[in-house]
Amino acid sequence: MPDAGMRELTFAQAIREALAEEMRRDPRVCILGEDVAEAGTPFKVLSGLVEEFGTDRVVDTPISEAGFTGVAVGAAMTGLRPVVDIMFGDFLTLTMDQMVNQAAKIHYMSGGKWKVPMVLRTTLGATRRSAAQHSQSLHAWFAHVPGLKVAIPATPYDAKGLLKTAIRDENPVIFFEDKMMHHKLKGNVPAAEFTIPLGVADVKREGTDITLVATSSMVQVALGAAVLLEGAGISAEVVDPRTLWPLDEKTLIDSAKKTSRAIVIDEGYGRYGVTAELASVISQGAFFDLDGPVVRMGAMHIPIPFSPPLEDLTVPTEKSVFETARKMCAKA
Amino acid sequence: MTTAAGASAKTIATLQDRSIQFYRQMVRIRLFEEQVNDLYTRALMPGLAHLYSGEEAIAVGVCGALHQDDYITSTHRGHGHCLAKGASPKLMFAELLGKADGYCHGKGGSMHIADPATGNLGANAIVGGSMGIATGAAFSARRLGNGRVAVCFFGEGALGQGLLYEVMNLAQLWKLPVLYVCENNLYNEYTHFSETTAGDICARPAAFGIHAETVDGQDVHAVYAAAQRLVDRARSGGGPAFLLCNTYRYTGHHVGDINREYYRTRQEEQTWKTERDPIRLLGDRLIAEGLADRGLLEGMEVEIRAEMKAAVEFAMESPYPAAGEVEKHVYA
Ligand SMILES: Cc1ncc(C[n+]2csc(CCOP(=O)(O)OP(=O)(O)O)c2C)c(N)n1
Repeated sequence: MPDAGMRELTFAQAIREALAEEMRRDPRVCILGEDVAEAGTPFKVLSGLVEEFGTDRVVDTPISEAGFTGVAVGAAMTGLRPVVDIMFGDFLTLTMDQMVNQAAKIHYMSGGKWKVPMVLRTTLGATRRSAAQHSQSLHAWFAHVPGLKVAIPATPYDAKGLLKTAIRDENPVIFFEDKMMHHKLKGNVPAAEFTIPLGVADVKREGTDITLVATSSMVQVALGAAVLLEGAGISAEVVDPRTLWPLDEKTLIDSAKKTSRAIVIDEGYGRYGVTAELASVISQGAFFDLDGPVVRMGAMHIPIPFSPPLEDLTVPTEKSVFETARKMCAKA
Repeated sequence: MTTAAGASAKTIATLQDRSIQFYRQMVRIRLFEEQVNDLYTRALMPGLAHLYSGEEAIAVGVCGALHQDDYITSTHRGHGHCLAKGASPKLMFAELLGKADGYCHGKGGSMHIADPATGNLGANAIVGGSMGIATGAAFSARRLGNGRVAVCFFGEGALGQGLLYEVMNLAQLWKLPVLYVCENNLYNEYTHFSETTAGDICARPAAFGIHAETVDGQDVHAVYAAAQRLVDRARSGGGPAFLLCNTYRYTGHHVGDINREYYRTRQEEQTWKTERDPIRLLGDRLIAEGLADRGLLEGMEVEIRAEMKAAVEFAMESPYPAAGEVEKHVYA
């Protein structure tokens, strides 16, 4: 529904707007990370923020992921609302103790006495020709840990609404952005204030023959596949959970019940990963309505290679999703 | 009255009060730990605990220099820090026994006592795990301009953790009001620190330009004097400091570490206990200076032992948490 207040923003612009608005409304919000201030991050997502909020609130740190993430945990406990920037999701390995043993457990271990209201923004996604240490999608690791919340938006609208909610949340939230979407993906975002609750899935396209559950970078892939499927006479529904935890199980299950077939597509590794969890949720919830097993599509179980023709083989594509879906529908 | 005589009489009275207070606090920690060991030996306490006996002068001297709302982070050997910062033995024992009245409703245990009312950000069972948190609390204090100081207690074993060097660098760059207190009790578990620690310990903070001092950790007045100076300095914007306290733990790494001959001699333990005991050293000094007599000190011990026994009884009678507690406080 085109509305007078709608503007087209890139994914990065939507993120920046969310941060700027939250920093205006709450002086406790501050940003910590490498090259976040004048440089606006290597991805130029934060450009302009330091000019408005100053270096006291947009803080360039040394290249010490564990150190500044730990500082953010302590700062969150004592009155600030830090938003940590971890440039590449691959570097999350350096923050694991601070996020998993500290941030995630402090509220529980203290019997509810301390809270850690912080956000950690980071990236995921391959096909940027960055090789094995700059291409991983490690969001499943955090969704595995009680005490953490994980948001994984796929559109500028969702990114803005979810980030604003994450900053206001009383818990540590890990926020994953597909770095390929930052400047390439555009979408409508209302000019007026809005937020999106964590734990509410969004049906990105309605359909009747097959459900494509897709996250982050894979939502556009699924939408592209749905167009191809339409050409083949198959009506695909695309469902985006938007957050991995909390998880809107009901919307996923209801869609699978309606279509009787489901593919789960996520750019992380499938083994023990997000697709395994979502497929299990759908299988348990929609078992008697399913025509066959839920199919999972994710990154190949290998380190991401550099060479473009090799790298392109590692992730699901519109074509591979289309072919998989067509086969599943033909069988029935 | 501002005559010289009046001022010095007042000084003596303050000194006496403070010395007696330090003595009382050290005896409280010693007798608290005596009860912990007793509970363990009688198989009344689940799990293990790491006793602070022998190291009391550090927690008492450092916390003596802090305000109620200043922050501390503590370690697996944390009972002394928590008590010195003002925690209640009743609620601590209840926590150690996993009871509903404990500081963390029984969900933290010996290694996770946390108490916002006394600025205790929590003990931490990850060696070096709280260095980021303490530094982050100092980051908040500086940003919010609330004049608070954060103290990070850790053992010399934590010098092996890289996080320390990341956050010391940050703290010095940003002139954060944080004091790093290294308690060198000579052993990382069962290994002498000389086998794990290269070079001069104070050269490490010095490399970041952080002011470092070494103090006799068995002399509560020396610890207090150094801490007071460094805390005042931090509070007035002078930046972080590092205080190395040389000390000794009297008993095992934990209560179950009974046979220690393979890593240290009985003679060594005996020498520290008879010649370097912080409580005895202060008691002798109080008597020699005429600030107390034997009877007063012995009476204090009787009274404190009764307090600790009553605290244990309170904890024994406290109920276990209801089953419903298990899922509470995962998220705030
Ligand atoms: C990261 C980590 N590694 C190992 C351990 C196991 N551990 C518990 S206490 C300890 C020794 C700590 O020595 P130190 O820091 O000197 O403290 P102390 O026990 O002497 O007070 C070790 C290795 C741990 N808890 N955390």
